[in-house]
Amino acid sequence: MKHRAVANISRLPTYDFGASTPMWWGTLAFIALEATGFALAIGAYLYLASVSPQWPIAAPPPDLFPGTAILVVLIISVVPNHMVEQWARRQDLAKVRVGMIVMSAVGFLPLLLRIWEFAALEIRWDQNAYGSIIWFIVGLHTTHLLTDVGDTVVLAVLMFTDKGNTGRRFSDVADNAFYWDFVVASWVVLYFVIYWFPRM
Amino acid sequence: MSASEVELDGEKLKGIRDTGLDDATLHGYLSKTWKTPDGLYGWLATVDHKRIAHRYVVTAFLFLVLAGISALVMRFQLASPEAGRVGPDLYNQLFTMHGTTMMFLFAVPMMEGFAIYLVPLMIGSRNVAFPRLNAFSYWVYVSGGLMIWVAFAFNTGADAGWFSYVPLAGPEYGTGKRPDFWAQMVTYTEVSALAVAVEIIATVFKQRAPGMTLDRMPIYVWSALVMAFIILFAMPAVMVSSTMLILDRLVGTQFFNPASGGDVLLWQHLFWFFGHPEVYIIFIPATGFVSAILPAFVRRPVFGYLGIVLSLIGIGLLSFGLWVHHMFATGLPQLGESFFTASSMMIAIPSGIQIFCWIATIWGGRPALAVPFLFVLGFIVTFVIGGLTGVMVASVPLDLQVHDTYFVVAHLHYVLMGGAVFPLLGAVYYWFPKITGRMLGEQLGKWNFWLVFIGFNATFFPMHILGLQGMPRRVYTYPLESGWGGTNLFVSLCSLALAAGFGVLFLNVVLSLRRGRLAGDNPWGASTLEWATTSPPPSYNFPRIPVVDHREPLWKNAEVLPVAEGLRIDAREVMVGTVADAVPQIRQPSADNSIWPFLAAIAVGVAFLASIYTPWAVVWGSLPVAVTFIGWFWPQAIPEDEE
Repeated sequence: MKHRAVANISRLPTYDFGASTPMWWGTLAFIALEATGFALAIGAYLYLASVSPQWPIAAPPPDLFPGTAILVVLIISVVPNHMVEQWARRQDLAKVRVGMIVMSAVGFLPLLLRIWEFAALEIRWDQNAYGSIIWFIVGLHTTHLLTDVGDTVVLAVLMFTDKGNTGRRFSDVADNAFYWDFVVASWVVLYFVIYWFPRM
Repeated sequence: MSASEVELDGEKLKGIRDTGLDDATLHGYLSKTWKTPDGLYGWLATVDHKRIAHRYVVTAFLFLVLAGISALVMRFQLASPEAGRVGPDLYNQLFTMHGTTMMFLFAVPMMEGFAIYLVPLMIGSRNVAFPRLNAFSYWVYVSGGLMIWVAFAFNTGADAGWFSYVPLAGPEYGTGKRPDFWAQMVTYTEVSALAVAVEIIATVFKQRAPGMTLDRMPIYVWSALVMAFIILFAMPAVMVSSTMLILDRLVGTQFFNPASGGDVLLWQHLFWFFGHPEVYIIFIPATGFVSAILPAFVRRPVFGYLGIVLSLIGIGLLSFGLWVHHMFATGLPQLGESFFTASSMMIAIPSGIQIFCWIATIWGGRPALAVPFLFVLGFIVTFVIGGLTGVMVASVPLDLQVHDTYFVVAHLHYVLMGGAVFPLLGAVYYWFPKITGRMLGEQLGKWNFWLVFIGFNATFFPMHILGLQGMPRRVYTYPLESGWGGTNLFVSLCSLALAAGFGVLFLNVVLSLRRGRLAGDNPWGASTLEWATTSPPPSYNFPRIPVVDHREPLWKNAEVLPVAEGLRIDAREVMVGTVADAVPQIRQPSADNSIWPFLAAIAVGVAFLASIYTPWAVVWGSLPVAVTFIGWFWPQAIPEDEE
């Protein structure tokens, strides 16, 4: 077919932040499908609780300390997370570098606490269905923590290379912050299910 | 003006742009930039959506052949009462492999393959939003399929049915590794399907040609979008449940063990929360095929665009409210059963709206009885019959009566083959010229259609009667006194005609690839953008990005295509625009070829496979996975980073 030029898009930028970019939508789609996974795991938890004559089965409710500590750390981490996101949007390389180191460290903290958390669940995964489902939920969330911390560390390293100081990389940093919010928000919900539902 | 000096209002722009270039120069640059390297490396590293889609479709057809052969072997056994040609153990594996392959390895990947091919072309883009994720998804899919079939070849084929109910598939009764291979095959294919869903959503939302507002989007693209959303919210359920199953079997969790507080119905709830939407994952894009094919053969736009789009979305939403109708025989509370009866009947409403819109389209047009259109007509007839038996089994008393009989086998084949395979075959005939540059033979096509149509109905319609007479499904034989022998022999003979129909299709493809009539750009005189480029399309799809000002762009602009200029042609760029109105926002760099997605898929595949034998595989397997993913995402020195 013959062509007739009716528009010129030469001056468009090659990157942007947030919902303008396909990567943001891709991240949102992954968040949606993973949130569905969490919701179904919670559904399975409530279903098993509803068919069992007692809940928790043959165990005390989990010890509150490590899970609550993780909750506090994660909620506090939202502050530096959003500072990094703002710095990325302003393309302030020096601050983003510092922020990414902070966020990498902040990411490791809940992982360390989780070692105690598994013990504080007060039941093994193979004792009964209650043990299975709470190990499953905490395990699922740990996978998310691990992958996002891995992602954050790789991005932090990248920001110290010659590939760091580009608009696209800053946009990646902003998307990474977006995903971290999801990891935090999902724990807020899961925490109440695991720690407070058995105490109600 | 030479290609390298592009100025706009006196300002020199970075990179080489397509502005004002002649067609030959443009082609030279674009084909170099978007080239897939030759040889094995190029074959493994390509991120061209058309090549990957092509693989998806060919691979899915190969799995169809395997599933079809297993069905024929079952029919061979059932042709006479008390036959001893296939023993019960092999029979269990055959029907499980047949169902599993058709659902997970044929239908869903086939629909995804078509979407991966068609969506970027129909919306006027150069690739999908995440080209490497797309490549990765194929390799994961094919390794999952190979794994379960190799296991079958070593007599470790899954044998607990395609929905793998516990406790039959659990640690107590599902001895050996058979259910583990099934559960991990699910993990592979779902990772793959979810990856495709994410990329389709981002591609449709962000990469539509300038001016292609949501209400100018082709209905097929709507159907691919709805399919992607259903995948997004349904597939996690089967991943959660199959992970729980493998954990029960491997590390002693108690999810499905009633003796330790578990519950077998938990499996059914989770599985069918996926399993029912699964039907619509297959059916929705098939209706999209119908809405794409019809206008070209009746020479008018589809009647009721808005009604059809809303019906697609409605079916997508309702599909999540039906799962319990697969569980009517499990003794659920009656109020719950009534709710799911009502919602199951409700989904007939949007499906009916679509059917009436298509009938109105045909009524108001000038139909030409070419092969793709024949398959559409075959679809409407067959699917309506399947829909009617669907409304029947939505009713609890009737469902209890025919549950686990051949009536259900007949119903599900009517909706799945009638609802999806007929449109699919129509789609093969319709887009084959675009994909290969040659037409499929019309005469063989008619043989193909009539053999499949008559063979299908003669094979599956009598199964309704067998079911009403009480013949249970999933039994390897039946007694002579049952009186089912004659009908079964008839069914088995007719299944040969159905198989012959598919044989004719493959023959037609092979012959037409060599000496089919040359197609030209737009052999059907169709209206959507994929027909605005050459057949087969070049690696970069469109020399310039189309601008859309009408719902049927090629009917409005039959001779001259309005286009947008300004993209770089020395680096891979696609146009990204706003979600609702497709107003250009970004010149988005698009990923180049890479071997990493292939390596990542191998790393993921090895970890999944090894985890069937030891849970520690997840731990040590994550290391190569991490390495390959870092390799994948580590930025290359691409020109866009300069800007």
